[in-house]
Amino acid sequence: MSHLIKLNSGQANLENDEWTLVQLPASQTEERKQAGKVVLFKLTGEDTVSNEQIANTVIPASGKIIVPLSVFIARNSELTDRVEQGQIGVWLATHEPLETLTQFQTDLNKLPVIAVFVERFADGRIFSLGNLLRTRFGFKNELRAFGDVLRDQLFFLKRCGFTSYVIRADRSAQDAISSLNDFSQPYQGAVDESRPAFKRYHRGV
Amino acid sequence: MYQYDEIDQKIVDERVAQYRDQTRRYLAGELTEDEYRPLRLQNGLYIQRQAPMLRIAVPYGMLSSRQLRKLGDIAKKYDKGYGHFSTRQNLQLNWPKLEDTPDILAELATVEMHAIQTSGNCIRNITTDQFVGIAPDEVIDPRAMAEIMRQWSTFHPEFALLPRKFKIAVSGTKQDRAVVQAHDIGFEFYLDQHNQVAAKVWVGGGLGRTPILGTVIREHLEWQHALTYCEAIIRVYNLHGRRDNAYKARIKILVKALGIDEFRSQVEAEWAHLKDNENTITEAELARVAKHFEAMPYETLPAHDASFDAAIATNPAFAAWVKRCVHPHKQAGYRAVTLSLKPHGQAPGDITSEQMWAVADLADQFSFGELRSSHEQNLILADVKLSDLYTLWDKARANGLATPNIGLLTDIICCPGGDFCSLANAKSIPIAQAIQMQFDNLDYLHDIGVIELNISGCMNACGHHHVGHIGILGVDKDGSEWYQVTIGGKQGNDASIGTVIGPSFSAEEMPSVVQKLIEVYIKERTPEEHFIDTVRRLGVAPFKTHVYAKDEVAA
Repeated sequence: MSHLIKLNSGQANLENDEWTLVQLPASQTEERKQAGKVVLFKLTGEDTVSNEQIANTVIPASGKIIVPLSVFIARNSELTDRVEQGQIGVWLATHEPLETLTQFQTDLNKLPVIAVFVERFADGRIFSLGNLLRTRFGFKNELRAFGDVLRDQLFFLKRCGFTSYVIRADRSAQDAISSLNDFSQPYQGAVDESRPAFKRYHRGV
Repeated sequence: MYQYDEIDQKIVDERVAQYRDQTRRYLAGELTEDEYRPLRLQNGLYIQRQAPMLRIAVPYGMLSSRQLRKLGDIAKKYDKGYGHFSTRQNLQLNWPKLEDTPDILAELATVEMHAIQTSGNCIRNITTDQFVGIAPDEVIDPRAMAEIMRQWSTFHPEFALLPRKFKIAVSGTKQDRAVVQAHDIGFEFYLDQHNQVAAKVWVGGGLGRTPILGTVIREHLEWQHALTYCEAIIRVYNLHGRRDNAYKARIKILVKALGIDEFRSQVEAEWAHLKDNENTITEAELARVAKHFEAMPYETLPAHDASFDAAIATNPAFAAWVKRCVHPHKQAGYRAVTLSLKPHGQAPGDITSEQMWAVADLADQFSFGELRSSHEQNLILADVKLSDLYTLWDKARANGLATPNIGLLTDIICCPGGDFCSLANAKSIPIAQAIQMQFDNLDYLHDIGVIELNISGCMNACGHHHVGHIGILGVDKDGSEWYQVTIGGKQGNDASIGTVIGPSFSAEEMPSVVQKLIEVYIKERTPEEHFIDTVRRLGVAPFKTHVYAKDEVAA
């Protein structure tokens, strides 16, 4: 059973995944940024990607692949042709600055898919990242959430511009689909519907 | 007050269905304890020492008599027949069964109530001054803005899982009674030089483990932009606030770490993109919501009432109650009344089902069927005729709701503490009760005068101890309960954080510690000084000396 839910013009379906996710190899040395330093706020306590990891990442020679942001940047020359052919997507983790991607790849819409990895359910940074990719950086293609993705995030992810969701492997994606529509008339404007309720409906005087 | 339309009703109804299914999945083993926790917390359900605690939202403290009656019914049917008003104007039930909580929410939805975002790492209930709309010093009635912000923050998709809880307060008075400086965001509404409604915006205030008063991030924000400006602030916080350490995750820590200037420039840069987006508030929406908060249909009354004056002159008990529990009103011939939930020897803020029903009746009879809860954990009837005060007093007294101690030493703000709360280091209610019994003498209380005593059972500071004139904090030392005392804290425009006087005390010592603090004040005060003024003039030293002085009998 597939764990990928895709939203196409408002219609959610389970689909087989045509993309292969490229993972970073495990780090040999545990590198952690010091907590408490202002400039490192985003990185506080998060693993950073080593050059060694980037170099050791195995990039499949063909097919549609989603590569880690660090690999996409450091080894871009290996991927240039395949980007043009629409074979390359990029994934980033919630602590990675979005500007790293947007400054390197100025035309985001050359990427058929951008995926955001959320390590823990409670990490709400993913919502702001989706919002920024859609509204600030004009990304129009598939925006995917994966990692600790469970049904009770889906409504929020959808509203923040995510259009596909890889439900955690031990849970049913079929059961999760209905949560995309937990609320039918949300109050505030967001990515999927920019008008708040008071602009969508005549709420009386 | 605000009445739901079909959109509001649909959202709470759909919430009940969603939460019912989440709870079903948990009870069926489809959700682990860890997975269910953030879901139940976003709905105000804590797992406490003896039982779950359900926190019901009372948006900006406004209640109708119909709602309070329903709360009384729910406390009777699903709990032990009482509830507890919290320092955030909400109502907490201490003994519901987890399996019953979906049904409780369904009942609440029938009276336009819910428990949405009363806990968890999200935008919480928006709070304000309990005298909103009727206070003589009010410039702007901020309730329409508070309601618009409530709706905007409800299931806000981008801010559903913030680094930590997020509290917003609004006020529109000259004298701040909403403690806006102690909130993650505080809006202080005023009329600008063009006579337009604007707000001074405070950010990064908060109590808890690291008490910090807020800083002004913007002196002038036009009301239309309140939501988009909040979005800019909270987006910066959501992306950059710490998530590795819950004790350093509030926005105040980020603001301090970046410095207000850097934080402000990041917020302004973000706002440049968000300003004027679709969430910008329209004149029409403000007018629609404000219509729910129009002035009550007051009678034209003289400023004085002969029967009231006569009752004051002849009945000292009534006069004492009026002095403490009756407050000025912008409409001639009307007053606001505080019903004290602080009778001596009982848990501050507790109210029985029978009292809830009685207050609902009083609201219907004397105050247009509405009432408010205050962050001092009392209830307020906001629109009572002068000529009705005596009858109201009589009935309130019969229901144990007329202790004339508002603003006095025994009007203690107190969290549920270690009797109920699993976060607490120490009990707080028994300390409050012991102090109330120590000072169970109304003449003496009135002589001591205006003073605020706040008690928290742990550094999460639900009892706002940092801003109490006297603050008491429960601490854990090697598994036993101790109490640290601060003095000199204050809420209001000139808010301050209290100073610790020295080593902590045992529970048994606490009444006499407070007694000694009061003794220093009585000895040193000038005729016009309240306790806080004397502390500010003299500093901590003389209080400390007296409290820690060894008994002088031994030579």
